Order: sequence, then structure tokens, then C-alpha cells
Amino acid sequence: MTGSERDGRGSDGGGEDEGVRADGGDPFASVGGNIERKQRLGRVFVGICFASTLVGIVALVALIGDVLYEAWGWVTLDFLTYPPSRFIENYYPGGRGAGIYPALVGSILLIALTAVFTMFIGVGAAIYLEEYAAESRLKSFIEANIANLAGVPSIVYGLLGLAVFVRAVGFGESLLAGALTLTLLILPIVIVSAQEALRAVPDSQREAAYGVGATDWEVVRDVVLPAALPGIMTGTILSLSRAIGETAPLIMVGAATSMFVAPVREVGGVPVPDLFGSFAAMPMQIFDWARLPEAEFQHVAAAGIVVLLTVLLLMNVTAILIRNKYETR
Amino acid sequence: MPEKQPTADEPHTANEPHAANEPRRAHEPHAANEPRPAHEPRRAHEPRRAHEPTATEPIRTDGGRVTEATPSIQEIPEADTVIESKDLTVHYGDVQALQPVNVRLPEREVTAIIGPSGCGKSTFLRCLNRMNDMVDAARVGGELRFRGKNVYDGDVDPVALRRRVGMVFQKPNPFPKSIYDNVAYGLKIQGFDGDMDARVEEALRGAALWNEVSDQLDSSGLALSGGQQQRLCIARAIAPDPEVILMDEPASALDPVATAKVEDLIDELAEQYTVVIVTHNMQQAARISDKTAVFLTGGKLVEFGDTDRIFENPENQRVEDYITGKFG
Ligand SMILES: Nc1ncnc2c1ncn2[C@@H]1O[C@H](COP(=O)(O)OP(=O)(O)OP(=O)(O)O)[C@@H](O)[C@H]1O
Ligand SMILES: [Mg+2]
Repeated sequence: MTGSERDGRGSDGGGEDEGVRADGGDPFASVGGNIERKQRLGRVFVGICFASTLVGIVALVALIGDVLYEAWGWVTLDFLTYPPSRFIENYYPGGRGAGIYPALVGSILLIALTAVFTMFIGVGAAIYLEEYAAESRLKSFIEANIANLAGVPSIVYGLLGLAVFVRAVGFGESLLAGALTLTLLILPIVIVSAQEALRAVPDSQREAAYGVGATDWEVVRDVVLPAALPGIMTGTILSLSRAIGETAPLIMVGAATSMFVAPVREVGGVPVPDLFGSFAAMPMQIFDWARLPEAEFQHVAAAGIVVLLTVLLLMNVTAILIRNKYETR
Repeated sequence: MPEKQPTADEPHTANEPHAANEPRRAHEPHAANEPRPAHEPRRAHEPRRAHEPTATEPIRTDGGRVTEATPSIQEIPEADTVIESKDLTVHYGDVQALQPVNVRLPEREVTAIIGPSGCGKSTFLRCLNRMNDMVDAARVGGELRFRGKNVYDGDVDPVALRRRVGMVFQKPNPFPKSIYDNVAYGLKIQGFDGDMDARVEEALRGAALWNEVSDQLDSSGLALSGGQQQRLCIARAIAPDPEVILMDEPASALDPVATAKVEDLIDELAEQYTVVIVTHNMQQAARISDKTAVFLTGGKLVEFGDTDRIFENPENQRVEDYITGKFG
């Protein structure tokens, strides 16, 4: 290859290439296009992306650090097992004992009920849309609307729950009405994520089952659902962890800000959830504490947040465990 | 009905010597003297005609120019017929993927379907057990008779059909279950309540897999090699004891050794089952099949007949070009 050939190709590369080419020893000298400058630009871009990531992480760490610092020493066993109190002395170690117990039980029952409802309704809807409904305008219309519903502010669901479950159906300001409202709230997300999980099941699996004479139902039951279940569960649990922190819809359906008993009844000595009783939930209890004038209640509120975040974390860990368990198989 | 174009119109058709290296099947009539159940005695007024030209409808496609006609159904003996298609067509939306297909598939023989990519081989195969029902865009016209009954009649449940006509797919697709459960699945959903262990063993032996997996029936079917997985899928297909087994390029994802095993297996299967196999591999078709159906571009069944005859002496020039590798 002659030098003039190189010049011809390298000339648009600008002046700085000149020096590299001069000694003639570099086999890549003729590679034009200003690679070095582009690489530098690339590094700048990576730097910006990394900085963006940092903002998120730093904010999260600062937030959690602050909450943990505030709550340090306030999250005790008593805090988990006693009802709230208006007097700060009761929260002190060695005091009469006060805490988050009714709201903790309320939130857990609320989420458990919501989980049952969303699993059945959400997965049912997703299976219908993915496995049975023929491609049609109506189907696209329904799917588009489900996606839109996912973006509706939660307070709107609260209003809906108030109108439908509390008043029209007559469940009153109860645990059941709260759970149904939260179900409506997360249903769109659950349906969409379950649909995605179903879509991820390869058609070859369905064909294998149809090929040996399985009916539609058998294909769904034996092949599609087992394969999609981990994905469905993960999506559902992640949606539920959004629901457990929701406050607005619960205010609308009239959850108590502060309750002294958990929504549990004894039936023949066995505690069962009191579906039609009033209830408290953790986000509202925390809000209630944060409103109180004594500065020390900020610590109590922080302790409440720590409990809430722990429950949330446990749920997410469960989701990850489920996913890993089935993915490695 | 217009006259068939005389073969003289196609100057290169008959009796041209073939390249010496052309694959040829050692002539071994398959299970020739085996007693066959007389499901459908040939009717007297329908004579068995060999290759004598018959009244066929020329199909006009490109602007009225007559291209090759599909073989007429009369050429094919009706006796021993398991599956018969009459003017079977398939449209995907507005696109016609299959021109009217008339063919009879004989019992307990291997029928190979060959042809260039996109010519409708899979489409035809998937008509035979109504797998096309799953494709929203597909519309099937004409008739497909299984033992005389049109399977596209309203009163036929495709599930029942698929229990008589099993299928093996191009890519091995075992369920993420144990080997045992994979094989037992078809029997289970069909309500089999006999000796399941025996049937599973029988099917695995039938698929030439038993010796390799007999001590690991509880391990996952996905843990097998590709060739073993494909034989597992064959075992799964034969376990419920269908009459017909459809195979869509069952060896195309396999290495030569695994391919050879599957081919041997197909040979054995033909003693008990009617096998219809799609393949891209001409040598394979020549080796393993008794009858060959050649589809050419446009979804036309251009020639059907004894494999030996088709590979040695095809009637149609384009079939000959295809077989000798001039196109496709
Ligand atoms: N689901 C579908 N929707 C629309 N068109 C399809 C569909 N499946 C197949 N086709 C079309 O029908 C024609 C025949 O396809 P088919 O799969 O039967 O070909 P093939 O002979 O099996 O090809 P190959 O040898 O590549 O597998 C092709 O033109 C293809 O584009
Ligand atoms: Mg194909």
C-alpha cells in the first residue's frame, strides 16, 4: 500500500492523524474517521450516564440513612406489638408500650386480601386476553385502555372505591372495601405484566401440547400457566409492594388514621380477619404521627417508615427468590 | 374439464439420464407384504391407474399461461388411504399459500414432502392435524379426509383428530418436566388408566431412547442432548398410539449422528404408523420415504408418486431441476 493511498483515505481525518502516520510503523494508521475523538466523546457520555445513576443511588441512600438515623433505637419489639398512643412517654423503652401493631396487621391483611383478588382477577383477565380472545379491534381497544388505567392517579381509584364498594355495594369503610379498591388500583399493572409473562411462553410449548391432543384448557393449565407463573408472581408481588405504600385511595375509602385494635376477630378462639370492620394501615399511621406537634414523634414516624420499608423489602426479596428459583431450573 | 397438456409440451421431461451421483434409495418396499387392515376397500369403479396421464385441470396462474398441473387424485390408489386431500387450499390473509392440493397418503408408508423454502410444505403438513387452527390469519378451503371423514367438517373436534394424528416439530420442544412425564403427558390427558410405566417404556423403546434414559426417567427432559430431546418428542408423539405421525423437518436441528438415528427410527415407525415427513434434505427424502410429494414455489403440489420414480424419472421438468439442484 502506498502512502498516497493512505493520504487519500486519511485526509478527512484532520491534522492530528498526520503525526501518527509519519513513522509508518503503525498498522492502523490508515484507519481514518477520528476514532480517538469519538472514543473521548463516548467516555464523556458514559460519565454523564454514571452521574445520573449516582444521583438516584445517592438520593436513596441519603433517604434511607436519614430514616434509619431518626429511627435508631425506636424500633423495638414493643413498637411492633402495641397499639399507638398520643403520649410520647409510652414509646420510650421501659414505658407502658406503644407502637404500630394495629396498622401493621391492617396493612398485611389488606395486602393479603388484595393479593388474592388480583391473582384471580388479574391472571384470569390476562389469560383470557392472551390465550383465548381473538385478535380484534375490541381486544386492542381493551388492551389500550388497560394500559391507560395503569396511569390513572390513585386518588381516582379511591373515589371509585368510595362510590362503589363503600356506598353502592354497602361494604362500608371496611377492610374489604379497602382491599377491593387497592385491587382496582394495581389490576392494570398486574394484567399487563401477566400478559407479558404469558406471551413469553414459547409457542412451541403450546404446539407440543396441542400436538398430543390437549384441549385449550389443558394447554393453559399444564403448559402455559406453569411456565408463566414465576413471571406472573413477580409482577404481582411488585405491584402489591406499590399498593402497600398507597395512602390516597385508603383515605378516600375511610381507613382510620389511627386505630387501637387490629382488624381481627376471634371466632371460636381462632383469630380471623374482620372483613367488614374498620382498619388502619401503616402509611396513614405514619402520616398521623408525623402530624403530631411534639418533635420526638418524628422518631416514631421514622420507626414506622422502617417497619413499612422492611415489609416492602421482604416482599421484593420474595419476588426475586421466586424468579431465581424458577429461572435456574 | 379441459384436456391435460400433453407431455410433449415439456420437451425435457421424461427419461433423461440423471447425474450419476444422484442419491437413490435402495429399493426395499416397505413392509410390503404386511397384512393391512381393510379400512377402505377400493371401490370397483375407481380403477387404479399408474402414471398414465389423466384428466387434470391445468392451473392458470401467471396471466393465463398454463404452468404445470398438480397430479390428479385419480392417479393415486384409494385403497390403503389414510389421509386424502381434495382441493385443499390455505390462505394467510389475502395470500394464497397452498394451491388446490389433491393427494392420497397411503397407510403405513413414509411420505416425504419436499420443495424449496416457503413453498407451503409446513402449511400443508399443519393442515393434516388442524394445527393451522391456531394461526389466526390462516383460512383452509377444500376437504381433508381422514379415513373418509372431512376433518374440517363442523362436527369434528380438532382435539380428537390430533389424538389420531400426532406431530413432531422442527425444533425439539420437550416440556420442562421429567422424561417420564413428557412421555406420559399425552396418555394422561387422554384418560389412559392402564399400566403407565409399561406404555412409557414402550414409547421410549419405540423412539430408540430407552437404553439411554432408562435410569434417569425422573430427570428433566431439557437436560438431554438435542438429538435425545427430539427422540423424546417422538416418544411423546407415539405414546398415545396415533395412526399418523407428522414430522416437520425433525432432523434439521440435529447433527449427522443424531440425524441418522432419527432416520433409522422413522424407518421402524413406518411398520406401525403412517409417517408424513417434511424435509429439506433430498438424500434424506430418497433414503427414508416410500412416496414423495414435491411442492414448488407458489404452494403447488407439482408431483406425487413413488419416491424411486420421482427421483429417477420425474415427469415435471421443474421437479427434475429442483431434485438435481438446479434451483431451490
Ligand atoms: N402464520 C403465517 N402468516 C402469514 N403467512 C404465513 C404464515 N405461515 C406461513 N406463511 C406463508 O406461507 C408460505 C408457505 O409457508 P410454509 O411455512 O408452509 O413454507 P415451508 O415450505 O414450510 O418453508 P420452509 O421450508 O422454509 O419451512 C410462505 O410464503 C410464508 O410466508
Ligand atoms: Mg416449514
